[in-house]
Amino acid sequence: MTSAAYLTIGPVQLVLAALLLIVNLGLSAWLRLGLERSLLLAAVRMVVQLLLVGLVLQFVFALNRPLPVLGIALVMACLAGIAAVNRTRRRFPGVMWDSLLTVVTAAFLVTGASLLGILRVRPWFEAQYAIPLLGMVLGNTLNGISLALDRFMEGAASNRAGIESDLALGAGRWEAAHGLVRDSLRTGMIPTVNAMMVMGVVSLPGMMTGQILAGAKPTDAVRYQIVIMFMIASATALGALGVTLLAFRTLFDGRDRLRTERLVRVDGGRRRG
Amino acid sequence: MATSDSTPLLHADGLHRTIQGRTLFDAFALRLAPGERVAVTGPSGSGKTVLMRTLAGLEPLQAGDIRFLGRPLGSWRMPEYRSRVMLLAQRPTLPEGSVEDAVRAPFAFRAHRGRAYRPEAALALLERVGRGRAFLDRATETLSGGEAQIAALLRALLLEPQVLLLDEPTASLDAAATAAVEALVAAWLEQAGGRAYLWTSHDPAQVARVSARRLQVGPS
Repeated sequence: MTSAAYLTIGPVQLVLAALLLIVNLGLSAWLRLGLERSLLLAAVRMVVQLLLVGLVLQFVFALNRPLPVLGIALVMACLAGIAAVNRTRRRFPGVMWDSLLTVVTAAFLVTGASLLGILRVRPWFEAQYAIPLLGMVLGNTLNGISLALDRFMEGAASNRAGIESDLALGAGRWEAAHGLVRDSLRTGMIPTVNAMMVMGVVSLPGMMTGQILAGAKPTDAVRYQIVIMFMIASATALGALGVTLLAFRTLFDGRDRLRTERLVRVDGGRRRG
Repeated sequence: MATSDSTPLLHADGLHRTIQGRTLFDAFALRLAPGERVAVTGPSGSGKTVLMRTLAGLEPLQAGDIRFLGRPLGSWRMPEYRSRVMLLAQRPTLPEGSVEDAVRAPFAFRAHRGRAYRPEAALALLERVGRGRAFLDRATETLSGGEAQIAALLRALLLEPQVLLLDEPTASLDAAATAAVEALVAAWLEQAGGRAYLWTSHDPAQVARVSARRLQVGPS
């Protein structure tokens, strides 16, 4: 990138930007919020993680070969799968595998189809397209999966009596669960629907803003945003559906029983990313 | 369904359940013949509820054998089995909406295909406990505990099960609601041959009223 269409940011500018944190630190000290340590730790983590990722991506971009791109995509997907489960309030054995399988399948299917069929990127592993698009899809799919999964497990636990009363009256496991499955899917998809509703009016999405900063024409940038939003919507729906069905298979067994004893509560598991 | 009098409706043998190292019941046996009224008694915490849930197929069976109409539990499709051997829980759970919506809903389950909800059947049962059309129109959220249990029992009876597993159905009800529940169950039993029930209770007077035979769970 020799003739960049944007201002490059040097180390001095990074330090200047870091000075903005003085506002937070000052507030925290003045109001005794006790946040200084976490603020500093978070800031340092953010800087180190991003600088490292920048180096790794630069390296992968320079190689421009399919295997490293696929490798880094897989690592990203696995981290997303783990993060999705870490935000839920309950677990069951195998939930991590369910989440990983769903994230990888949904994100790879949708990103792959879009790279090959819609954007027609040649070669498909062109890292400039594959990695950022996958990253955006993963970030949102992980939200959808985690919300749907959390809703499903919470619903099974809190409405156990209602579900079992249906089972006792002769409902099959699917008949007893389908209301809960529907709720879980709806919960998983709400953030995407909301985001699409206000996009461009209340919020200017990050990717579009980034492209504009990098010199792209706003009219081109919004087209990318439209494509990515449709990708996100379908991957989130697939992810929410996949993970809910897999959780259903564990919590409702083949003898049409609700197995809430397989759920374990995690205290403090509700970390917000 | 050739059920001769010698074939029990529900037959259980050697039922065993241990939860967290505590044995609730061991070598429990049961033979429920058509027309029988059997009480299951035992101190609270003795595993009566787990036993009833086990017989309804809602709990895993650790050891033992359950047969319905001579066929082992494992060979029944569970929704089919539970549509005939029906559990009524101690605390009723009804969906939002009217009582009529609640009692009509299970007719949509595949296990009940071929059956249809008939309001006149519901009204006939309600009449026996001094209630009518207005009860069906009530919102389930406004029902008292006793009324909710009557609605839950009505819902089960309309599906015409052959065996009822009644798990302390009147434990938290007043005398009037208790009498209504007992009257409804008695009406269901008389309505057709080949029916029977198990009733758990810790009230000796009720046990004497509703049963002809007693089974003990846990330490006697």
